[in-house]
Amino acid sequence: MSDTSDGTGRASHPAGEVFIEVDEVEKVFEVRRKTGFLKRERRQVRAVDALSFTVARGEMVGYIGPNGAGKSTTIKMLTGILTPSGGRLRVAGIDPARERTRLAHRIGVVFGQRTTLWWDLPLIDSYRLTHRMYRIPDARYRENLDRLVELLSLESLLDVPVRQLSLGQRMRGDIVAALLHDPDVLYLDEPTIGLDVISKAKVRDFLRELNTERGTTVLLTTHDLQDIEQLCSRVMVIDHGRLVYDGPLAGLHEVGESERTLVVDLERELPPIDMGASARVVKVEGPRQWLAFPASESAAPLVARIAAEYPLLDLSVREPDIETVIAAMLYPTGDTPRPPSERTTA
Amino acid sequence: MGERAREGLRAYRLIAAMWMRSTMMYRTSFALTMAGNLLVTGLDFATILLMFSRVDSLGGWSLPEVAFLYGLSATAFGFADLVLGSMDVLGTRIRDGSFDMLLVRPAPVLAQIGADHFALRRLGRVVQGAVVLGWALVSAGIDWTPAKVLLVPLMLGAGAAIFCALFVAGAAFQFLAQDAAEVQNSFTYGGTTLLQYPPTVFGKDFVRGVTFLLPLAFVNWVPAAYVLGRPYPLRLPAWAAWSPPLVAVVCCALAGLAWRAGLRAYRSTGS
Repeated sequence: MSDTSDGTGRASHPAGEVFIEVDEVEKVFEVRRKTGFLKRERRQVRAVDALSFTVARGEMVGYIGPNGAGKSTTIKMLTGILTPSGGRLRVAGIDPARERTRLAHRIGVVFGQRTTLWWDLPLIDSYRLTHRMYRIPDARYRENLDRLVELLSLESLLDVPVRQLSLGQRMRGDIVAALLHDPDVLYLDEPTIGLDVISKAKVRDFLRELNTERGTTVLLTTHDLQDIEQLCSRVMVIDHGRLVYDGPLAGLHEVGESERTLVVDLERELPPIDMGASARVVKVEGPRQWLAFPASESAAPLVARIAAEYPLLDLSVREPDIETVIAAMLYPTGDTPRPPSERTTA
Repeated sequence: MGERAREGLRAYRLIAAMWMRSTMMYRTSFALTMAGNLLVTGLDFATILLMFSRVDSLGGWSLPEVAFLYGLSATAFGFADLVLGSMDVLGTRIRDGSFDMLLVRPAPVLAQIGADHFALRRLGRVVQGAVVLGWALVSAGIDWTPAKVLLVPLMLGAGAAIFCALFVAGAAFQFLAQDAAEVQNSFTYGGTTLLQYPPTVFGKDFVRGVTFLLPLAFVNWVPAAYVLGRPYPLRLPAWAAWSPPLVAVVCCALAGLAWRAGLRAYRSTGS
């Protein structure tokens, strides 16, 4: 990441043309609540507040934040589902709210917890519908279908009714459906939620390939930090409808001082491992010890040192979860929360 | 406008075909519900037959005349029900969030939600209504003129359009109140039951309300009175029999506006 981010989303991206443009966008919901027999209280909720960022063509961006931070509201505005209350928004030069159907041909959408496939019909039937509804030229449809189905290893499942597919197979099926019409941008909402390790790896490998080979712009929301780590060179964090961080993942770890955990199994019970300043023991349980070390640093030297100095049987590395990282960034311990604009990620 | 309508019809056909294929995955279930549907709608007319086994006329209308009312209303409603009868799933789609997925597809939302859960079994009502109507046309002793021959299909078409408009308006209302499906049903299903009886069995104020508040009466009573050579339910001018197409156009336009307003409200509130 060569661009300079100042944490407010006004990062410049000299690499490619601007594809998604969000400028001072806000979304205000009016919530009515019953307070009495007929009385209703009106309250305004600002789900997205003066949000600004740009995404260049071909970028792969992680979009994260606590629940209710405004992630899905943003995605819904970018896909034309919701109309912004204010500000300017363009995707591929199109105003999503005004030209919803024209935009539909340029975007692919996968909502992880909701399938668009036809439950009772063989998988291929859903694709045939997409073929006709999007008016994909026959040759291109065939070509795309063959390529996608091969990459996501769905060949043997095309004639199986969707209801008989596993969650991972269905997710892959949904991704194929969202890409048959060659969209320029793919929005993914929790694409790996509930998937097993192998399915997750398949989905990630595929997305990486899609991004590098086809240059498809990808915007994904996730709760899985590994999705971001393995896929996204850039991550945007939203909280209370505002962009609070925009930059590489490593920078997020630095800002939040988040920690990874090394779980070490020794041959026998020993006093806490002493690694000086590079790691500290947070828990000891018999021969097993838990060591915390900065997430921005590699585990390799630490592992090498432990292996050299202690009778090591086994070890594993645990990633911090996304909420912890964000919380650490937003509210650093012993530090009063600063306004996000003061943060730097250089 | 024509372009959008064509796009809409195309999307409707595509999605309805998918639902038919889905239904056909469970053939036995389809056959059973189809049979059940025919039986229930058949019983519907049987209640009228039962009444006529006790009395010779209902509000001065003979059995074939009532059958004429019934057949027209049932066929027109059956057609609208077949085409748009599942629009009440809109509320569920909004609640569970799947409605959003319709908005990211390159097809008019009205067509997509109209074709949602398309059920061929609803053809049962159309068939049953058409049979009763056919019998009534032969046995009601109608003094046929070219105008009357023209008016009957016109009544059917306008009636179906008016019921369609009611389904769309009802669905539009669901954008505002998502549990409005029941309100909608009381208008459409309630409406069709009402129209199967001659207007004179109901109170006058009620009839006036129905004629002017809800255009439903135009589906049936006024033009039916003309075809059967009976006095109009209220003292309306003679040409009132020919108003159904006009009423249908107005209803459809209003329903279209309501739909657009509802969709706009949804897209600005997200609920």
